[in-house]
Amino acid sequence: MIDRTQVLHVARLARLQLSDEEVGRMSTELSSILGHIETLAALDLSAVEPTAHVVPGAGRLRADEVRPSLPREVAFENAPDVADDGFRVPSPQA
Amino acid sequence: MSAELTDLTAKAAIDAIAAGDLDAAELFGAYRAAAAADELNAYTWVAEDTPDLGVAADAPLRGVPLAVKDLFCTRGVPSQAGSRILEGYRPPYDATVVAQLAAAGTSLLGKTNQDEFAMGSSNENSGYGPVKNPWDHTRVPGGSSGGSAAAVAAGLAPWALGTDTGGSIRQPAALCGIVGLKPTYGSVSRYGMIAFASSLDQAGPFARTVTDTALLYAHMHGRDERDATSVGRPDEIALPTGERLDGIRLGVPDTLTGEGVEPGVMAAFAAALETARSLGATVEQVALPHADHGLSAYYILAPAEASSNLARFDGVRYGARSEAGDLLSMYTETRHDFFGDEVKRRILIGTYALSSGFYDAYYASAQKVRTLIARDFDAAFAGVDLIVTPTSPGVAFPLGAKTEDPLSMYLNDAFTIPISLAGIPAISLPCGLSEGLPVGLQLAGPAFSENRILEAAHALERAFAFENTPSRIGGGAAA
Repeated sequence: MIDRTQVLHVARLARLQLSDEEVGRMSTELSSILGHIETLAALDLSAVEPTAHVVPGAGRLRADEVRPSLPREVAFENAPDVADDGFRVPSPQA
Repeated sequence: MSAELTDLTAKAAIDAIAAGDLDAAELFGAYRAAAAADELNAYTWVAEDTPDLGVAADAPLRGVPLAVKDLFCTRGVPSQAGSRILEGYRPPYDATVVAQLAAAGTSLLGKTNQDEFAMGSSNENSGYGPVKNPWDHTRVPGGSSGGSAAAVAAGLAPWALGTDTGGSIRQPAALCGIVGLKPTYGSVSRYGMIAFASSLDQAGPFARTVTDTALLYAHMHGRDERDATSVGRPDEIALPTGERLDGIRLGVPDTLTGEGVEPGVMAAFAAALETARSLGATVEQVALPHADHGLSAYYILAPAEASSNLARFDGVRYGARSEAGDLLSMYTETRHDFFGDEVKRRILIGTYALSSGFYDAYYASAQKVRTLIARDFDAAFAGVDLIVTPTSPGVAFPLGAKTEDPLSMYLNDAFTIPISLAGIPAISLPCGLSEGLPVGLQLAGPAFSENRILEAAHALERAFAFENTPSRIGGGAAA
């Protein structure tokens, strides 16, 4: 069961604002989904190794060489606000 | 115009262009006109002109048009992943697989609608409106690659790219009566795919025939130094020629009892197994004791990875931004205003599962269940060549039927998710009708067994003789 306080705590961690209506709805829906997921608790997993990645042979890294990257003006093309060769954002302390 | 042209398989079109009997520009024009008149909302962007096909027409795929799921980055072309937070985003580069297929001679026809960030099984989570199923316009096409599947089924594209995280190629292929392949994880580069769940996401082809599916995949795979999780295949992909299944051992999971599956789907599945036997296959039960826990493990792992991947959408470098007085409010309001409900739901589940105090109970447990599921498949493939199930427990359902109950929507993927967790390949091909709507058959094999899967699927396709020529299907009661 996920109550409103927990929804608000997780939303804050996820940098996600929720309306009052959304908090209530998410509390109900997440409780239902996590209730289904609880079935995992019935398994004895103490001797099982976790799997983060399924394919053997992956993870080879390329040589660490300097290569051309996106030109600055191209990287700015999709930005909502650009100023002085940088991404402009509101002040953290406004 | 040209129902004959848009009814051609990609292979037939390529052969006709190579023989000088068909002009690649004429083919592109026919598809462009069909796609521009799309009544299914399958496309979010369609090419305005016929591209210069000079070079492409000499390449192996001869300039044949390709529809691409919206979440693949296409240079200078909108790539919005079905999300309003990326409205108008035009990437400065191509996804590796898009570049590979362009080099092989496909021409970009359009970008296809999808569930937002590939989260969904009905395409109703798109920020750009739902897609209609070409067999019945009042029903969903499946998801998340619903636009790609609907476009191919309706003759608005000869073939298309999709992605599959928990079933997002196979399930819409099944619901639209076409073929879709989820390749072995790692065999196709993920570079330039807007990420959902990185340990599960895999690109793959949609087409109307098994041969076209094999042909597109043959030009997609390969190790890419820009994706450290990509690996080279041990073999090349051959065009399938199989007509028989002699000596092939098919396994049916012993948990597949019919519970939770529509009777018409079980009947079509039983008939498909009978057809397989008539072609020489043997059918036996296999144990997959942990597969039933796949859905639970998936709905921890995929949202956890998504909550991390989607942190990049913060209104700073690209995409939409909500104006706010301070930085933190700008982040939280941008994400509130431009993410849809399902995306918010999964971000919250994933953040919860990764949060302090819950990590071991959820995320670590799910990773261990993933180990058990992968071992189950290894053990099963010691006794059988392929595992068969219905692709989806039901046929295409009415628009709006499951949007109020996220859990019932998730259950659509009960047969596809365990395979995704194990990283192994699987195909869905149409095997019959239930209530006048297509039923998909799923064939799964061990890692890198795509050739075995495609050979068997080809033999079954010939025997099923399923009619999915675009000019002869559906349109549906409410079309």
